Amino acid sequence: MSHPQRAAAFTSDAERTTWHDETLWFVRQKRDKAVYGIPEFQQLRQLASDIKEHTLSRLDEYLEQFEQNARANGVTVHWAADAEEHNRIVLDLIRKAGATSLVKSKSMLTEECHLNPYLVKNGIAVVDTDLGERIVQLREEAPSHLVLPAIHLKKEDVGETFHLHLGTPKGEKDPQALTEAARLHLREKFLIGEVAITGVNFAVAETGAVVVCTNEGNADLGVNLARVHIACMGMEKLIPRTADLGVFTRLLARSATGQPVTTYTSHFARPAEGREMHIVIVDNGRTRQLGRPDFRASLKCIRCGACMNTCPVYRRSGGHSYDFTVPGPIGAILSPNIDMRQHSSLPFASTLCGSCTDVCPVKIDIHAQLYKWRQIIAQEGELPAAKKLGMKLLSSVLARPGIYRFGGKVAREGLRFLPHGLTHAAAFNPWAKARELPEPPKQSFRDWYAQQVVK
Amino acid sequence: MKVGLFIPCYIDQFYPQVGIATYQLLEKLGVKADFPRQQTCCGQPMANTGCEQDAKPVYRHFVDTFAGYDYVVAPSGSCVYHVRKHYDVVEQTGAVQHVRQATYDLFDFITSVMGVTELPGRFPHQVGLHLSCHGQRGLHQANESEMTPVREGQLSRLLRSVDGLTLTELNRNDECCGFGGTFCITEEAVSARMGQDRVQDHVLNGTEVLTGGDMSCLMHLEGIVRRRQLPLRVMHAAEIFNAALQQPSKPVSTYVPGAVAAL
Repeated sequence: MSHPQRAAAFTSDAERTTWHDETLWFVRQKRDKAVYGIPEFQQLRQLASDIKEHTLSRLDEYLEQFEQNARANGVTVHWAADAEEHNRIVLDLIRKAGATSLVKSKSMLTEECHLNPYLVKNGIAVVDTDLGERIVQLREEAPSHLVLPAIHLKKEDVGETFHLHLGTPKGEKDPQALTEAARLHLREKFLIGEVAITGVNFAVAETGAVVVCTNEGNADLGVNLARVHIACMGMEKLIPRTADLGVFTRLLARSATGQPVTTYTSHFARPAEGREMHIVIVDNGRTRQLGRPDFRASLKCIRCGACMNTCPVYRRSGGHSYDFTVPGPIGAILSPNIDMRQHSSLPFASTLCGSCTDVCPVKIDIHAQLYKWRQIIAQEGELPAAKKLGMKLLSSVLARPGIYRFGGKVAREGLRFLPHGLTHAAAFNPWAKARELPEPPKQSFRDWYAQQVVK
Repeated sequence: MKVGLFIPCYIDQFYPQVGIATYQLLEKLGVKADFPRQQTCCGQPMANTGCEQDAKPVYRHFVDTFAGYDYVVAPSGSCVYHVRKHYDVVEQTGAVQHVRQATYDLFDFITSVMGVTELPGRFPHQVGLHLSCHGQRGLHQANESEMTPVREGQLSRLLRSVDGLTLTELNRNDECCGFGGTFCITEEAVSARMGQDRVQDHVLNGTEVLTGGDMSCLMHLEGIVRRRQLPLRVMHAAEIFNAALQQPSKPVSTYVPGAVAAL
């Protein structure tokens, strides 16, 4: 299935589409208010972009520096070329610790690597401790948003899920009561957690420390109660210095939810006495993307989700319509790097309105990259045949004024004299499913102009 | 000053009244524009579909057609943005460079080149302005809600200067309408839904006449208005100004002091 098919299925529930759109628009407005209140916000964006560009330009050096400093702190650093290697490393570490269960705070990287199903297949019980993540995990669904993984669900849906899995009363939909139930349920899991996995928001090269931002404190609870901490990070998460961190923490939460800062900004530098800390650094296609001059800027992404909240297409098609770990506009420029054929419809799931680029806190030119992916997808022969042929034909007509004039007249006259039922048949003309065609005039502009000149 | 009028293909064929209004409006402001007959299209439909390579002959044809003009003016920010931004893939001859920087959206031309920021005339209606993304975010013709709460732009200023005209205060000032070129066909469901939501914002807030600077967005919105038989008229802003000037409240010349000097 392609994006348009999944999107059409989503929008067919008009009421739910309205609710989804308005919920995310509300988050976008909260972001706006937070941004308007910071006079230097645009300078901050530029600074963040510059820091990231700089880091990417000498990523090899910073990675080595980071590794060296982390090792000096007593942390074991592992390198994974791809998702498979990452999963194997994590499983080995769990087995070495003699553990059969673990708690995991939010990590899009482990989603990208499909770590959960891999561990479960190997007999390890995984509990996601971020509330939204836990909800979608119980439902055996993928997250539909980077920051708000269960944003596609209403409180009634969550109530139903908790009734099934956590034994809350049937019909319970009070957010406070549901959160309390999740809290009690997760406390038990934290207490028996032997291994804690966290994601990484920022990795500081000069100190070898990793920084994890959460609103629920679940990363801290997990790490502090477990004997082994495994932090999984994509290799683009680096920043050079601790002094750079403030630029990003100011941007991240404001862009994501409109908060001034996340509730918890946790620094993990070294294992506590008698404990272990591991960092797994993952490539999984990032080097390839770094080697594409037109697309390397996509690696600046700090996973705030602002481009999703603002995207008028995302808001009306839902995160699952992208069928990729990272949905929305940023996902549409990251996914073709992973599998162009499978994700070939995603760069077209945009009107190129440019709002994503304007909210991006690290100034990724998202809409320009969508346009460029389209060119590559067409060149690689991944366009649907009808579209490709149609565009070739259109180009040849539009390069020839005589044929264009004739064709335009035929189309206009055809619309005037053919019956409405035929010109507006939804089977041939998708435009007409929800829209009327323009009323064809008798005369084109050029015909009118020719008469003026004669007069 | 030689001004070439670029009337995009779909306006030529389906909305000649918009081309006529553009021509007459410029004429009333003292600019006699020329319409070179061999013109066709800027090539955007193909390029946005990924077929930029196929569109190159169309780009060259566009440049050949307009190379001899000081300015190229079009009632469509989207086409202008395409010429300026995306004609970088053909050889950058002097002609290509000239055409890229000399191509203007109609209201950008009126405001920035001619120095006109107010228009006389009367149009006693509540007008809802649809800001088109390529004009706004691409050509920076209006402020963006992503950056600032101040809702200000070339077209809203010009509209406010017309007697009797009130502008609708929308809930979402600059959300995309969902037209998006071939997006409107390939992503029909989302496209239609976006358009319906945009129109609904205007209906809720009392718009009588829905306008904008880009006829492609308006074609899509008009298609929805007519399908739903809503009590809204859809007019390109050039049509509004041209109609308003039929009953000028003040002489044109006193209102456009910069115009003659700029020419």
